[in-house]
Amino acid sequence: MNPRGFQDGRKTSRDGDLAKARGLEMFAADRYGAGMLWAGVRRAGVAHAAIEGVDTSRALAAPGVVAALTHADIKGSNRQGVIQRDQPVLADDRVRHRGDAVALVVAETRQALAAALELISLQLSELPAVFDPDQALAKGAPIIHPGHAGGNLLLGGRVETGRGEAVLAECAAMVEAEYRLPWQEHAYLETEAGWAIQEDDGRLIIVSSTQTPFRDRQEVAEALGLDPARLRMIAPPTGGAFGGKDGVSVQSLLALAALACPGRPIKMWWSREESFLASPKRHRARLRYRLGADSQGRFQALAAEIVYDTGPYDHLGGAVLTLGLEHAGGPYRIPNALIEARAVYTNNPVSGAFRGFGVPQVAAAMEMTVDLLAAKLGRDPLDLRRLNAVRRGDIIAPGVTLTGSTEIGQCLDRLEAHDLWRGRRAWKEAAGPFQRRGVGVAAVMHAVGYGPMVPDVGNAKIELGADGVFSLFCGVVEMGQGNSATYGLLAERVLGQEPGSVRLIQPDTDRCLPSGSASASRTTFTFGNAVLGAATLLRERLLARAADALLGVAPAEMALLPGRVRHLPTGKELPLDLLARLMTPEQRVAVHRHRAPASTQRPSADPVLQMHGLPHEVFSFGAVLAAVEIDELTGRLRVERLITAVDCGGLIDPLLAERQVEGAVVQGLGYGLYEEFLAREGRVLSPDLATYIIPTALDAPEMETVFVPGHEESGPLGLKGVGEVGIDGPLPALANALRDAVGDCPRRFPLTPERVLEALAGAGERGGRP
Amino acid sequence: MRINFVLNGEPRRVECDPDRRVVDLLREELGLTGVKEACGAGECGACTVLVDGQARLSCLMLAAQLEGRELTTIEGLAAAGQTLDPLPASFVETGAVQCGFCTPGMVLSARALLERAPAPSRREIRQGLSGNLCRCTGYQKIIDAVELAAARGRGDEPWPR
Ligand code: FES
Ligand code: FES
Repeated sequence: MNPRGFQDGRKTSRDGDLAKARGLEMFAADRYGAGMLWAGVRRAGVAHAAIEGVDTSRALAAPGVVAALTHADIKGSNRQGVIQRDQPVLADDRVRHRGDAVALVVAETRQALAAALELISLQLSELPAVFDPDQALAKGAPIIHPGHAGGNLLLGGRVETGRGEAVLAECAAMVEAEYRLPWQEHAYLETEAGWAIQEDDGRLIIVSSTQTPFRDRQEVAEALGLDPARLRMIAPPTGGAFGGKDGVSVQSLLALAALACPGRPIKMWWSREESFLASPKRHRARLRYRLGADSQGRFQALAAEIVYDTGPYDHLGGAVLTLGLEHAGGPYRIPNALIEARAVYTNNPVSGAFRGFGVPQVAAAMEMTVDLLAAKLGRDPLDLRRLNAVRRGDIIAPGVTLTGSTEIGQCLDRLEAHDLWRGRRAWKEAAGPFQRRGVGVAAVMHAVGYGPMVPDVGNAKIELGADGVFSLFCGVVEMGQGNSATYGLLAERVLGQEPGSVRLIQPDTDRCLPSGSASASRTTFTFGNAVLGAATLLRERLLARAADALLGVAPAEMALLPGRVRHLPTGKELPLDLLARLMTPEQRVAVHRHRAPASTQRPSADPVLQMHGLPHEVFSFGAVLAAVEIDELTGRLRVERLITAVDCGGLIDPLLAERQVEGAVVQGLGYGLYEEFLAREGRVLSPDLATYIIPTALDAPEMETVFVPGHEESGPLGLKGVGEVGIDGPLPALANALRDAVGDCPRRFPLTPERVLEALAGAGERGGRP
Repeated sequence: MRINFVLNGEPRRVECDPDRRVVDLLREELGLTGVKEACGAGECGACTVLVDGQARLSCLMLAAQLEGRELTTIEGLAAAGQTLDPLPASFVETGAVQCGFCTPGMVLSARALLERAPAPSRREIRQGLSGNLCRCTGYQKIIDAVELAAARGRGDEPWPR
């Protein structure tokens, strides 16, 4: 069977966008067809339990049921995960959170599936559970992974630089505060979805909404005990991902179902509630910060204690924590620091990758603390940031020297020159009765790519087809960022072709080459360079072959032009389809591998931190200016304006970069103001979009995005990543604006009207209500 | 039961359960997968369709409610024979499409809005689209797109080639 259900060969992102706007894009959930079966899982419903038995017999006997499977049907390790393989496909010995999948059912219809899932009977013997990271680390706490050497500590990291926290005592001014950040749910509109089929030759085709088709193949193969070559993973554009699809969701389950039902297409599509329950969140965090400066305001020392609740599985939690640790001190020179970070297992919902990847939490704490320090020193907060902002060659708190392009200074300059900043006093004074206005600022940085150990590699493949049209085989997934369009654009520039003339082939493990995840602000940075390499190689080969064909001319006299090669001195031309016919299929394909630069610095000798990504080589920077109006009577906070200045190096397509920033900013604004993912004893109390509030068109402010000029040597056309930096700053900028307006700010989020009223009443200093 | 309605300009007669959700009927039976489902509970607007020109949530509608109605999905917005709708191209030009999962519903809500208010303010556009969630764009470029399409609809702006 030819895996339809996704389109490729479309020409430009604009065509792709148009297909989406016309409803023609085929997402992973959009396949239906004769004989399609439905798969679904029975989830545990308890937070921590030993599994004594799972009885599927009644479900199997129900009408329309084709298969009912448990861990006993899994031949492989039954464990998946990116770094720690600690998450079962189907729970075997125990349940570690309410959303754990315990049994898999395949049925002829959705109705039959739903009925059968109810008929699965679980014999569970409940175990004491733990929902608070501090309690999870206390003596005698129930242990969630008895085999894990660290007990409930998934990962602990400690970095000390200079003379460490001792310097705080010598500082002219020191402030301290403790912050709590809530879970954040990705709430992509397309919930987890996919379909699979086992073909006659035994191969499994799995089409899913994923950020990582190549890694999925490896994980699924190991978990189910299959040869990876038996698996073909196809990744159509996702309907939103943001890190939440950086890891296996439906893939292993679909593969297991397909093994049991050969020849039949099988579909799985999680409901919204299921997605909220079982998908990873942004880590809930508790952060305790102390920051000290000398009398001139120069930062001297930072002590940061960071605790992330990772839920019952790693799911990249260790890497998320490590990135948080690296960014703990923000984009500032801080010569002495002690940063202690812990990611802790609990029986709460799983936390994992979410755009920002551990940075939004520390950026919140750092930037609010900087404002506390500014107040204590009686300094203008923007000015204090400018004084301490890093330049290339400076060293940030965890001891990492910035060797790449570093334009945070320019970002702050642009905000300083902005009419909103210059006119802020008059604007604030113009507030109406019972209204208060404030303006807040935040400065952030964000690493690009993987850390020093995991190779950050892209493998691009470009082919000149027999028809004379180029195809670019994308190794990383399109999630709506428009990255595949950028790859096309890069290839077209090198190959001298019209914009939009290169066919883009979306990731397919049979046709494209492994190129890592669509994450870490790396897609264009890493894969873009690979594309440039492959395109250059192919161009040289085409020119050489064309020169041969024209007899007696040098390749240097040839130019690759839209649809043809031209011999410049004589004007003789060779159309590309003709040229293609002079070459073998192998000659018409060029492949280039690019490995992004990895830092050789070792701010920590701890190999575990290095393995989890410390440190990075390239960073993007950003600064946010937010203007808010507070209603004193209702506590309503309105965002009047929001300006983001970004250093993401060179710009290839300004519109694509701008839309990344705007999207990230509104997610960050939701994080700060509305989004409160709640769980009590592991039970989700905000199970749907009626209770978990993401910003609507009425909540999002008019935004302004300013790109400062920059150039990163190691990036394609000087570019750095822009996918994440926009999400780090809004929350602290809004919090600082609130403080500016009312003189106080809660240290708990989101900033609901109740919390704003508390701040008005001055209760925020005590940390707000629990 | 047998239901008669007009789908994207064409009279249709379908045989189905009266309490089948319209979103399922359209996606599963009629192949119109441009109609998205993202919550199934009336909370997101991804499943928006036009019923007699009004934006309606197809996840909350039952097939029987279609009897005698005129239904337009995203696929039918610019169906052959009708005048081309400026909305989809305007969405593309302003960069209002990212993952695209909200886009069909967003475009249809915008169409219903422009029918009511051919020259909406940005605030009115925000209000008109407030039932459609988008997690990718931050909405700004969507507002731009609707403004542009409105101007084109009124003839104030040239259409794209
Ligand atoms: S799917 Fe109908 S409103 Fe969300
Ligand atoms: S473009 Fe992704 S939800 Fe709107």
